[in-house]
Amino acid sequence: MSTGILGVPGLGAPADTEWETVVGLEVHAELATETKLFSASPNRFGGEPNTHIDPVSLGLPGSLPVLNQKAVELAVRVGLALDCRIQRSVFARKNYFYPDMPKDFQISQYDEPINTDGWLELPSGKRIGIERAHLEEDTGKTVHIGGGGRIHEAGYSLVDYNRAGVPLIEIVSRPELRSASEARQYVAELRAILVAVGASDGKMEEGSLRVDCNVSVRPRGSDRLGARCEIKNVNSLRSLGRAIEYEARRQIDLLSSGQPVEQQTRHWNEDDGRTHALRSKEQDYDYRYFPEPDLLPLDPSAKWVEQIRRGLPALPRDRRLRLAEAAPSVDAGHIALAVECSLDELALAAMSGGAVPERVLTHVVHNLAGGPGQLAAEALADLVQMEEAGELTATQAKKVLAVLVDEGGTPRQAARELGFEAMDAGELEALVDGLIAENPDEWSRWCGGEAKLAGFFVGRAMKATGGRADGKAVTLLLNARRSCESGSA
Amino acid sequence: MGQQRITRAECAHVAALARLELTDEELERFAAQLDELLDHVAEVEALDVEGLAPTMHALPIANVLRPDVPGEVLDRDEVMAAAPLAEDGQFRVPPVLGEAP
Amino acid sequence: MTAVEPMTAVEIAAAVKSGRRSARSVVDDHLSAIEAGEAEVHAFNLVAAEQARTRAGQIDAAVAAGIDPGPLAGVPVALKDNLCTRGLATTCSSRILDGWIPPYDATVVERLHDAGAVFVGKTNMDEFAMGSSTENSAFGPTRNPCDPSRVPGGSSGGSAAAVAAGFAPVALGTDTGGSIRQPAALCGVVGVKPTYGLVSRYGLVAFASSLDQIGPFAATVADAAAVLDAISGPDGRDSTSIAAPQPPVSDTLDDGVDGLRIGVLAELSGDGIAPDVASGLRAAVGALESAGARVARASVPAAAYGLSAYYLIAPAEASSNLARYDGVRYGLRVDAQSTPEMNTATRSAGFGEEVKRRIMIGTYALSAGYYDAYYGKAQKVRTLIIDDFASVWEEFDLLVSPTSPTTAFSLGERTADPMAMYMSDVCTVPVNLTGQAAVSVPYGVGEDGLPVGVQILAPALGEPVMFRAAAVLEASL
Repeated sequence: MSTGILGVPGLGAPADTEWETVVGLEVHAELATETKLFSASPNRFGGEPNTHIDPVSLGLPGSLPVLNQKAVELAVRVGLALDCRIQRSVFARKNYFYPDMPKDFQISQYDEPINTDGWLELPSGKRIGIERAHLEEDTGKTVHIGGGGRIHEAGYSLVDYNRAGVPLIEIVSRPELRSASEARQYVAELRAILVAVGASDGKMEEGSLRVDCNVSVRPRGSDRLGARCEIKNVNSLRSLGRAIEYEARRQIDLLSSGQPVEQQTRHWNEDDGRTHALRSKEQDYDYRYFPEPDLLPLDPSAKWVEQIRRGLPALPRDRRLRLAEAAPSVDAGHIALAVECSLDELALAAMSGGAVPERVLTHVVHNLAGGPGQLAAEALADLVQMEEAGELTATQAKKVLAVLVDEGGTPRQAARELGFEAMDAGELEALVDGLIAENPDEWSRWCGGEAKLAGFFVGRAMKATGGRADGKAVTLLLNARRSCESGSA
Repeated sequence: MGQQRITRAECAHVAALARLELTDEELERFAAQLDELLDHVAEVEALDVEGLAPTMHALPIANVLRPDVPGEVLDRDEVMAAAPLAEDGQFRVPPVLGEAP
Repeated sequence: MTAVEPMTAVEIAAAVKSGRRSARSVVDDHLSAIEAGEAEVHAFNLVAAEQARTRAGQIDAAVAAGIDPGPLAGVPVALKDNLCTRGLATTCSSRILDGWIPPYDATVVERLHDAGAVFVGKTNMDEFAMGSSTENSAFGPTRNPCDPSRVPGGSSGGSAAAVAAGFAPVALGTDTGGSIRQPAALCGVVGVKPTYGLVSRYGLVAFASSLDQIGPFAATVADAAAVLDAISGPDGRDSTSIAAPQPPVSDTLDDGVDGLRIGVLAELSGDGIAPDVASGLRAAVGALESAGARVARASVPAAAYGLSAYYLIAPAEASSNLARYDGVRYGLRVDAQSTPEMNTATRSAGFGEEVKRRIMIGTYALSAGYYDAYYGKAQKVRTLIIDDFASVWEEFDLLVSPTSPTTAFSLGERTADPMAMYMSDVCTVPVNLTGQAAVSVPYGVGEDGLPVGVQILAPALGEPVMFRAAAVLEASL
C-alpha cells in the first residue's frame, strides 16, 4: 500500500475537483427509558457491573422478552420527527456468538422495521434520506485485561451485562452525505432532534449516541457507488470528521495509484488518526435472521401514532425558522446556537416584550452558556431595554444578567443592588470637573493631544463611582470641557 | 434416496456456525442423517404454498407491550456464584480474539 | 408397585382442607412410594424430599390456622426438569446445565405453589425435550412403570412415569410436538397439551418457542382439569400469553357430549397406525356415539405434512434458543485458549447427540441460501395446516385420533434410527403447529397389554368442550 499522502492524515480536504466523497451513516442512540427494551431492569448508565440485570437481560434459561411501551413511543417520535412512514414491524433474531450477548442472538428488526423512508434537513437546507430507523437491544460490555487492553493481545476479558438489553434506535441514512462536514452537520442535527423529542440524551461521550460510517469515493460526476468501507469506533463529532477525511483520502490515494478499494470494516484509531482494517466484508457472517417467536408483531394504531404526533415538541428546524423570522438581522450561526442550547423560547419571549433582537441574541449566545437559571423572559427584555436607553453599560448589563440567572428578580432591582443606577447629568459633571481639578498635569497633557490619557480619566471616574459612570458619557464631557477651555483661551 | 442434499463440507460449516466440534465419524453420520431428513421433508418443497403468508405464531395477536416501570433486579452475588468463572463482579472469559462479527 | 392408597389430587385437596388428612402424611406416603419404586423407574432427576416435607408442614399449619391453602392444598406435584424452580437445580437432563440453580421460579411453579401444591421433585426428560422416549437424558433413561423393558415415551417421560407409578397424583410436562400426550398414552395416564398461550411459558426452558406449551399429567381427567385451572391464565411476563381469562374447565366436566359433532381425523388414523391402537380408537368412538355425539370422518389433508414442517421449524427455533449455552454465564464450561474455542468445547461436551443433531438441522434450515426453501416454506405449510383445520372446525366441535401410532416400544428399539423415532410424533405435531388444544386419554390396552391412548383435538381455547369428551371416555371404561 502506498503511504505518501497517507503519512499525513487528515491534512486538508481530498482533491475535490476530481473525486467525490460519499457517506452513509448508521447512528445508534440509546432510548431514554426507565427500563430495558424487553425487561424491567433499569436502563441506567454506569453503576457497579452486573447490578442492572434480571433473568431476561441476562438471557437466563426460561426467560422471555416483553416489549417496553415507552421504547416504542420514543421510536415513533423519532420516526415522526424524521418524517418516516410508521409501519407494522416484526422483531427478528440476529444469531451470532459473542460473550457480550447474553442469548448469543440479538433481538433487532430486520426486514420489517418500525420506521422507513424519511428524511432529515441539514441547517443548510439540504435533505438527507433516512432509509430506516428501527428498534433493537444493546449488548453488554467487554473489558480486555492484559496486553494493554487491546482486544487481540488481552490475556482474558471481563463481561458486564448492565447495558445488555438497553433499547436502541438505529437510524440508517441513505448514502447522500458528500463530505465530512456534512456528516458532522447530519449527526449534530440528528442529535438535536433526538434530544428535542426526548428520545435520547444524545451523549456521545457516554456512548448513548454511536456512529458507524460507510465511506466510499467516486470520480466526480459518476452516479455509481464505489466500494465502501465501514468505519467503527468514532466517538465524537470531531473524530467523525477526521475519520471520514482520512478514509476518503486513503481511498482516493489507492484509486489514484490504480489499486482497488477493498470492501471492509475498519477501525478508527483516535491516537494515530488513521483507520485500520478489521475484517474483509467478503467473509460476510451468516446471521441466520428469523422472526423472534417470543414476540408478537408490533403494529401501532393510527390513533396512537396521531396522539404521539400531537405531543411532539417543535423540532430544531422549525425552531430555527421561527427565531430567524423574529430576528431577521441576526446571524444564522447565532440562531442555530440559540436553538441548540434550547434558549430560543426565552429569546422569542423577550423579543415579543419589545427587546431588540440583536442584543437579546448576543446575551443568549455569549452570556447564558450555563443555561438561563432563574432568568425570566420579561427580565431579559427589561434588561435589554435599559441597555438600549443607556441606563446600563454593556459591562454592567452582563453583571446584572449574572445576578438574574443566579437569583431571578428584575434587572432594575439587581442594578440598584449592584449600585449601577445611572448617574444624573449634574452628578457626572461634578465628578468630571473634580477630576480635572485634581489632576491638572494630566488634563493639560490630554488637552495638548496625548489622546490615551482619556482612558486615565475614564478609569478614575469608574473607580470613584464603583463602575456606575458610563465611560462614553465621561469622554463626551471631557471633550466638552476641552472645547470650552480652548474657546475661552 | 435421491441426490445428496448436504455434503460433508457443508455439514462441517454448519457445525462451525453452531459452535459444535464434530468428530469425523459424527460428521459422516450427521451428514447422512441430515440428508435422510431433508429427503423426507422434501415433500414440503413440492407443495404449492404460493400466496400463503408464513405463520410465525399460531396466535393472531399483536402489540403486546409492558409499561416502562422498573422491577426487581437479580442479586449479583447469586448470579456470580453460578458463573463458571468470575472476577470483580464480572464474568471472566478467555481472550475473545476479535470484535463481534 | 405403589403403597399409596389411590387418592386423586381432588380428593387429597378436599381431605387436607377439611383436616381429614395432613399434607405431611400425604407427602410422606408419596415419598415412600418414590423410595420403593424409583430405582426401577428412574422418573426423577431430583427428589426434593426435605423441601416437600417443609412445604407440607406449612400447608398443615395454614389449615390449622383456618387459612385456605388453595385448590391444590397438599397435593404432591412432580415438575418436569425444564421448569425453573428457584433454589432447586434445573437441568433439562443435560450436562450443559448440570448444577445450575435458577434464581427465579417459572410462572406455573409460582401458581401451583400459590394453589397449595407440594413439589416432590424434578422429573427426567429427553435432553432439552428433544426426543420421544426419554432415552436422550444425560442421566439415563426412565422406564415405563407398566413394563420396565419399555420406554415411557417422551420427552416428558419422567412426569408420565411418576404419575403412572403413583409417585405423585399429578405432574407438569411440556409439549412441543407431543411430549405430554405421547408419554401419557404410553404410560396410561391423562396428558393435556393446552392451547398455545393459555399457560405462561415464563420459566420454561425453551425448546421451540412457537410450539412449546406446558400442561398437566394426571391419573384422572378431573385432576388434569384442576391442575390446568390452577396454572392457566394471563401472564404479563410472556408476550404470547392470551390476555383474556378463560372459564375453568373443571366447572363443565360433567356436561357430556350429547349433540356434539366429533370427527375422526382420517389423515392421522389410517396408514402406519398399529391395529390394536386403531381398535382402541374405534372403541372410544363407539363410547362417544353412545353418549350422544354425532361422529363422522373428518379430513385435514395438510395435517399429513405436519411432521415435515415440524422437523424444520422446531430445530430452527431450537438452534437459536440453545445458543446461550456457551460456558460464559452459567452451567458447564470446558476451558480453552480462547472464547470461541471455549464455546465450542463446552457445547460439544455438554450437549448429547440428539440435541446436536437438531441444532445442526436448525442451523442448516436457517442458513443463508436455505431459509426460503426450508424454514420459510415450513412456515407457509404451517399456514396451510391452520387453514385446513379452520374449515374442519366449521363442521366439527372436536376431532379424535390415536395419540401414538403404537403402544410403548422397547428401550433401545429406535435409538439408532432418528427418523423412526421422529415418526412417533406423527399424530401429535399438527396440534402444536396450529396452536390448538389436545388431550390424550387412556383407552384400554393393546395386544401387548400396554396402554393405548386416544387423542381428542379441540380448536384454540376449546378446552372446556375437550374436557367434557375426555370425561365421557374415562367414565365409559
